[in-house]
Amino acid sequence: MDAEFSQTEGTCGRVKVLFFARAREIAGVSETSLGIDGAESSKTIKDCIDLLTKQFPGLEEIMSCIVVALNQEYADQSSLVKSGDELALIPPISGG
Amino acid sequence: MDLAREVQQLRLEKAKLEAELQSFRESASSATVSESCSLRDPTFCPATWLSGGQHYLDREMINRYSRQLLVPAFGVQGQLNLLKSSILVVGAGGLGSSAALYLAAAGIGCLGIVDHDNVELNNLHRQIIHSESSIGNSKVNSAATACNALFCYRINSMLKVVKHEVQLTANNSVDLINQYDVIVDATDNVPTRYLISDTCVALGKPLVSGAALGMDGQLTVYNFNGGPCYRCLFPVPPPQGACQRCSDSGVLGVVPGIIGAFQALEAIKIASGVGDPLSKRMLILDGFSTSIRVVKLRNRNPDCSVCRDGSQITEREIQELNYESFTGSSLSDKSPKPLSVLPDSQRITAKEYFDYLKEGHPHLLLDVREAHQYAISALPCSLNVPLAKLEDRLPEIKAAAQESQIIVLCRRGNDSQLAVKYLRENGKTEAVDIIGGLESWARDVDPRFPIY
Repeated sequence: MDAEFSQTEGTCGRVKVLFFARAREIAGVSETSLGIDGAESSKTIKDCIDLLTKQFPGLEEIMSCIVVALNQEYADQSSLVKSGDELALIPPISGG
Repeated sequence: MDLAREVQQLRLEKAKLEAELQSFRESASSATVSESCSLRDPTFCPATWLSGGQHYLDREMINRYSRQLLVPAFGVQGQLNLLKSSILVVGAGGLGSSAALYLAAAGIGCLGIVDHDNVELNNLHRQIIHSESSIGNSKVNSAATACNALFCYRINSMLKVVKHEVQLTANNSVDLINQYDVIVDATDNVPTRYLISDTCVALGKPLVSGAALGMDGQLTVYNFNGGPCYRCLFPVPPPQGACQRCSDSGVLGVVPGIIGAFQALEAIKIASGVGDPLSKRMLILDGFSTSIRVVKLRNRNPDCSVCRDGSQITEREIQELNYESFTGSSLSDKSPKPLSVLPDSQRITAKEYFDYLKEGHPHLLLDVREAHQYAISALPCSLNVPLAKLEDRLPEIKAAAQESQIIVLCRRGNDSQLAVKYLRENGKTEAVDIIGGLESWARDVDPRFPIY
């Protein structure tokens, strides 16, 4: 089911996005690929999130409480991303 | 009465035997190899055997813990540290079951267990510390019995289990947590997670936090070795609905078991001073694809409202905080508060619906639960259209209802109200919902109807 949404064929810069827990439920896929080429040369995590919430509007409701990891490391929304990076959206889960 | 007398009698005997054992121990440890040490008595051995009196593992302890004494990194010192430690497990549910059992078995000195719930049948698939015979009884008692059973042939158990049959609140969290060296958060709700984390910051206690839902799990050690606290990572609580409950979203039983076992591992490492605890890192378990990731976390947030240097939260401030209103959710994983969207005139009771059925009142029964819930149990002759699909499938619903009234049903009578509101706004002005949904139907009309 990932294939429908992922656009990994492109030759331009791409970021791999992993969805966890509620984020995966909302997106309906466990990962996707995001094209990051555009007018500006550098893109931030915030830019990526804006693109993602356009593609998956439901993500908006959890963005305020989400941990974002860039290449498996906690990252601020102002961090720059480059082609080949991996972004993980990790909302807290609370069940037990 | 006889039973009470017998219990009293046994208590007296136990105390006497314990006193005897204590005096044996004392005489044994004062001599290099005590004369009073009887190797024929399998329950007793002198306290000091080896290492020039450096350690105090008796023969049974050496035998019991031998397989972890053999782990070079852990060894005798790890075990001795562990035996002196006290660990509090908050929550005797899915996470707490495996965490508490492993901690008890591993040989910690004191295990505290906090919970205010009773055991229910729908707990047993994941809360493996409880059994059918405990249904209706307190989880704390049930869990303590299971942990004590590991030592049931000991005259003097090596493990002290302390039962805290209370709900952890802002009023008691400081007193409870202060009694222990390491805290294990095995709770099931957001406000308690903030409360435990804040209290651990105020008291300087390491916190082993685990969570599980569906097939997902998360694990982190907070407030340890300069690492972040829960609020450093999640300064803003998740909006209501974004952080789901096991009772709504479900959980595959083994997933909290795995995370709980991980929590025991981390707590044991911290208590014994062995290994590298999962501080400043988060382990993420995806049980669906069986993948585990460890994400490096941020350092402590210098602007954290709770743990920032020089102005850490105080015990008094915790007591003044309202964790339920901060997070917008309740301190327990119970059913959500019923919504009140519709006026009473647009709602009927389950009994009234039963009367409609008897009278042959023409209607369409529309069940708006998700399809996987509908598959668990449903009323006959109902049409299943999940709330989220209502808009797309409106023509189908209208065709099925024709001119007759639409009666909307769900599990608890919340989604059904939203559905009625939508239907009324879109031409079906007669639509009503059933108050309390299938739960009311099972309670008030048909007790044989399976609820979940």
